[in-house]
Amino acid sequence: MAQIRIQNVRKEFGAFTAVQSSSFTVEDGEFFMLLGPSGCGKTTTLRMMAGLELPTSGEIYIDGEEVGMKPASQRDIAFVFQMFALYPHMNVRKNISYPLLSQGMSRAEAKTRVEEVARILKIENILDRPVGGLSGGDRQRVALGRAIVRRPKAFFMDEPLGALDAEFREHMAEELRALHDRIGATTVYVTHDQLEAMQMGDKIVVMNHGVVEQFGKPQDIYDWPATKFVAKFIGSPAMNFFDFDGMIGIGSNVIELSGHRVTVPLSRQGASGKLTLGVRPEHIRFSDASAYRGRVLATEYLGTTQIVTMATPNGEIKARTPAKQSVTSGEIIGLEFDPQTLTIFDDMKGQALLSEANERVLRHG
Amino acid sequence: MSSYSVTEPSVRQKWAAGTLVVIYALITILPLLWIIATSFKSPSDAIAYPPKTVFQPTLEGYVNLFTTRTRATEQDLKELGEPNTWYDRIVRKDGFVIAGPSRFLERFSNSMIIGFGSTVLCIVLGTAAAYAFSRFKVPLKDDLLFFILSTRMMPPIAVAIPIFLMFRSLGLNDTHAGMILLYTAVNLSLAVWLLKGFIDEIPIEYEEAALIDGYTRFQAFYKVVLPQAMTGIASTAIFCLIFAWNEYAFAVLLTSGTAQTAPPFIPTIIGVGGQDWPAVAAGATLFLVPVMIFTIVLRKHLLRGITFGAVRK
Repeated sequence: MAQIRIQNVRKEFGAFTAVQSSSFTVEDGEFFMLLGPSGCGKTTTLRMMAGLELPTSGEIYIDGEEVGMKPASQRDIAFVFQMFALYPHMNVRKNISYPLLSQGMSRAEAKTRVEEVARILKIENILDRPVGGLSGGDRQRVALGRAIVRRPKAFFMDEPLGALDAEFREHMAEELRALHDRIGATTVYVTHDQLEAMQMGDKIVVMNHGVVEQFGKPQDIYDWPATKFVAKFIGSPAMNFFDFDGMIGIGSNVIELSGHRVTVPLSRQGASGKLTLGVRPEHIRFSDASAYRGRVLATEYLGTTQIVTMATPNGEIKARTPAKQSVTSGEIIGLEFDPQTLTIFDDMKGQALLSEANERVLRHG
Repeated sequence: MSSYSVTEPSVRQKWAAGTLVVIYALITILPLLWIIATSFKSPSDAIAYPPKTVFQPTLEGYVNLFTTRTRATEQDLKELGEPNTWYDRIVRKDGFVIAGPSRFLERFSNSMIIGFGSTVLCIVLGTAAAYAFSRFKVPLKDDLLFFILSTRMMPPIAVAIPIFLMFRSLGLNDTHAGMILLYTAVNLSLAVWLLKGFIDEIPIEYEEAALIDGYTRFQAFYKVVLPQAMTGIASTAIFCLIFAWNEYAFAVLLTSGTAQTAPPFIPTIIGVGGQDWPAVAAGATLFLVPVMIFTIVLRKHLLRGITFGAVRK
């Protein structure tokens, strides 16, 4: 098991830059998520870590050793493909033992290892079946078996649940996480599904257009997004943006939103011009005492909560409020924000301004 | 995914289709049956008019195919005494004695060496080239592929004279190596294109999985790509062999002795009298056998699917 460090890694395909100078560290034993929309460079980053793609520049360290230019076969890692890539001309047992045979392990020893892995994954009964007739879940388990049988330094998974049905995906995600907790191997997992990333990951890297936008624990990223992109990408419904023209000074904790004063966390950075106030839907409260008002456009009932879509002087927003609070369309309601949860973004740079509240999260990266 | 017609054909349509298939099969198989029947006829039965469908079978055609004979007088035959073997008996009945073996076996083995030699060479080179074109960044890839295909745009015989001159100055005239090279050159473009299509269909993830599992690129190619390309390799091999096996024009032009293949040899069997059709038919019948066996052996690969559904698309 190993720590993986990515330093200033960059990848170009001709004139197209897939990954721009990225750096982050995957700690030993972590379940690490590479998250981003399609085409953001997350898969390319993973493939460079695995040795299927060579970086244009930068260094990749696995277990302290620089492996950037080494072929995949010498990195001692395992890879689970989205389409599983089980060898179609071999049965389940041969598929799982194949990586062992390349290391020159004796057949008897390989057999015991395969059976051990089959027991962990509960696929002992299908060991002698051809891979063609297997269900999606069983193929997934065989692919995992082929990965863990070798006890590699790290596991890389490229959207391994992407090919499964929605209902089965949930189940497999739990199984994967349980497997990780059991063997504790460093795992890097690529996904475009923010829920999957939040659910399973110890740590998340959010990428967009080949750039690492933010990197940290799921809750830190959710609460204190570093950029507008992250704020929008993570959470459902996404963080609300109140666009306004104004300013905030260093050490100030008040902004003016369409003529109304709003208290925000003490700012460590000053900015003026086009700014955005970011508020998570669940941090908006209805209050008749507030002078800042919005008109209800629609409500969505979700059981214990409801999503209320509103028009405000600063654009359309969504609030998550208790379901029992009755709201009707067309109603005008005062809005209040929880001051310690707010983030202000500089529109030009798309980045969050440092404040007393988010500096703990944003300073380290 | 394949598409299905919405309406099921009616019984009458099925019958009509079935009848057409049977008629087509009869038309194609009839000459074949006729040549096989002729190989077992006596020379007079072979040219009898009206043609005989019922006749006394004899191995005379096969004996004549494998031997050379000289005419013997009554006197000579008496001096020789009783024939020792069944084939001596067949030959003497017509007043001949066996002078020695014919060249047929030699020509037949030339066909085998040249046919299979060029097929193997074609598959080895074709698979390697197709793999490279399919997987690697080759500069001017599309132009090169078009260039390769363009060698097939004219009938090969159109370049017979330049090839003849080239072979003469290189000393390749009437050599096995020369013929193997020539048939390989003609077939290679087809092989590269066919095989590239098959290899393109094999997901690259299989090789990547093998690379990660600790194998070198060559091992990944050999152990993972090749087994899955077997269907393509088998059908390409059949195409190459059939072309090389049947080729007549170049063989007539470029071979005469040591490297002559069976196709230019078989018509010469007919001899001066122009009577020995059974021997020609026997040569043609035997000539069919290797290609038939080859096709039947490789048939199971043709029928087998490539991926067995191990990939979810």
